[in-house]
Amino acid sequence: MSSASRMDTSVPALRAADVSVELGHKAILSGVTVEVQHGEVLALVGPNGAGKSTLLSVLTGDRAAGQGRVQVDGEDLAHWHHGDLARRRAVLTQENQVSFPFTVRDVVAMGRAPWQGRPEADGDEVAVDAALAATDVAHLSERSFPSLSGGEKARVSLARVLAQQTDIVLLDEPTAALDLRHQEDVMGIARERASAGCAVVVVLHDLSLAAAYADSIAILDGGELAAFGVPSDVMTAELLERVYGIAVRVLDDPVGGSPVIVPVRR
Amino acid sequence: MSRLHRRHVAVVVILVAVLIGGVLLSAVVGQLTMSPTDVVGTVLQSMGIHTSWAPADDVTVQALWQIRFPRIAMSLLVGAALAVAGAVMQAIFGNPLAEPGVVGVSSGAALGAAVAIVTGFTLGGATGIALLAFVGGLGATLLVYFMARSNGRTEVVTLLLTGIAINAFAGAGLAMLLFVGDTASREQIVFWQLGTMNGSRWNEVAVVAVVTVLGTAAALYLAKQYDLLSLGERTAGHLGVRVERLRIVSIVVVAVLTAGAVAFVGIIAFVGLVIPHLMRMLLGPAHRGLILTSCLGGAALLVYSDVLARTLVTGADLPIGLLTSLIGGPFFFYLLRSARTKAGGWA
Repeated sequence: MSSASRMDTSVPALRAADVSVELGHKAILSGVTVEVQHGEVLALVGPNGAGKSTLLSVLTGDRAAGQGRVQVDGEDLAHWHHGDLARRRAVLTQENQVSFPFTVRDVVAMGRAPWQGRPEADGDEVAVDAALAATDVAHLSERSFPSLSGGEKARVSLARVLAQQTDIVLLDEPTAALDLRHQEDVMGIARERASAGCAVVVVLHDLSLAAAYADSIAILDGGELAAFGVPSDVMTAELLERVYGIAVRVLDDPVGGSPVIVPVRR
Repeated sequence: MSRLHRRHVAVVVILVAVLIGGVLLSAVVGQLTMSPTDVVGTVLQSMGIHTSWAPADDVTVQALWQIRFPRIAMSLLVGAALAVAGAVMQAIFGNPLAEPGVVGVSSGAALGAAVAIVTGFTLGGATGIALLAFVGGLGATLLVYFMARSNGRTEVVTLLLTGIAINAFAGAGLAMLLFVGDTASREQIVFWQLGTMNGSRWNEVAVVAVVTVLGTAAALYLAKQYDLLSLGERTAGHLGVRVERLRIVSIVVVAVLTAGAVAFVGIIAFVGLVIPHLMRMLLGPAHRGLILTSCLGGAALLVYSDVLARTLVTGADLPIGLLTSLIGGPFFFYLLRSARTKAGGWA
């Protein structure tokens, strides 16, 4: 957004350098280095238990890395003031639960909390309306959040993240509970945020979706970085077979041009 | 937006009206029946306005100012403190079943207060009891919190089981103090366990007033952050809330409010459960309105309960804790049932 254009483009929006995490004596992440620039979508993919969500929680600071460092706009995460960080970076977690029956609109408006008492707060209503519309949940505005379906909850939570209007957006499996159309919508939103100058990190399971929308893809395997680069470089049949333990074919989508990954079915 | 706002105003106005009605009713009825004009007259006189309503009879004046008014003030304050403590507790546990009486904070505070009574601990008169009640209440709140929270969420089963354990332990402590205490302290402690507004004095009212005002002000100040906390601790953190600090401050607020309420009138259960729940049904879950209306609603509930306690049985003063538990017990069953159907089991 506006401040993104002022940002020095050589400094990554978000960078994890040589990050390792141990749980008990088991290494969950070892020596992972990834970064994302403003204007880019980075997709984190990998099999179940590969460490995608752990890497995301290290990037958000929810989990401290045993080794390595995490930087937001070139500044160590630990040096960031709570409020400043909330105005710079928004996070969608996997658990989208709300303890009390707040309405959808209330929940989305909570995304505006970091801007309270600042000039930007004048734009609260507009930001909330835009976020509700972008995620196709405006018609649910007055519904109580706990009464929604899983997919609706996920979209409303995404709307809350969008309403926060930050330059950096981290999304943990935002498409998991969504139907085909809303999956595409959500990735379209991620793409559109990036075009507006945001840095977007998104954890995904659908490789074709990642290949179609991400500028770069980090493939995690057993806590290690198996590959990190542009989709056409990292999405190779050999690598994916090795990581996922299943034979795959990488096809070229004749219309869109981005690779489509399908398992070899016999 | 404005519809909700109008609704808020309407609820507050109704609550204030109900509250004033309750205060007047409570001042009028009792062993000595006063006329409403006596009550209004003596209040006006105390403010320096002399009217023909001012009661000429000195006994009436004494009865109102020495017995009835402090009792009413105590009911208002204790009701407000307990309801606000309940609302705050539910906010930090993210669960509508959390309540000072149910999870053992009240009995922890009562144990502290009983220690002060039996050992004769004083610190500037009335504050000695309040101080030890606070220590007991704080200990119990911390214990419940760290027992019932894991991975950032509250296990309902652990929450209630912790409450059982604390209530049992505090009960044993109280029994032991009953055993070692002299007759006078025994009697005082027995009344504690039942909860009564009888014999409230102005210096005690002053302590509870300070505690209630400070605790409620803190809760209102934190209300916006409680809203964010209902998104879960991680998400609240991502929105700029310093979750650790919020939790610690809130635990102290709950302990202060509960201890202030329990220190002089004993254990009055379920106010913190029933009132915030009703207000949430009326106004929705946003915490600023919830805490404000819970404060008014709790005050009103205890003023009317106290009227009933004094008048249900002629010539006897029923323990008010007995009345609130009679109403609150079945209500708790209802909440348990609906929480279970909603959560799809004991999660």
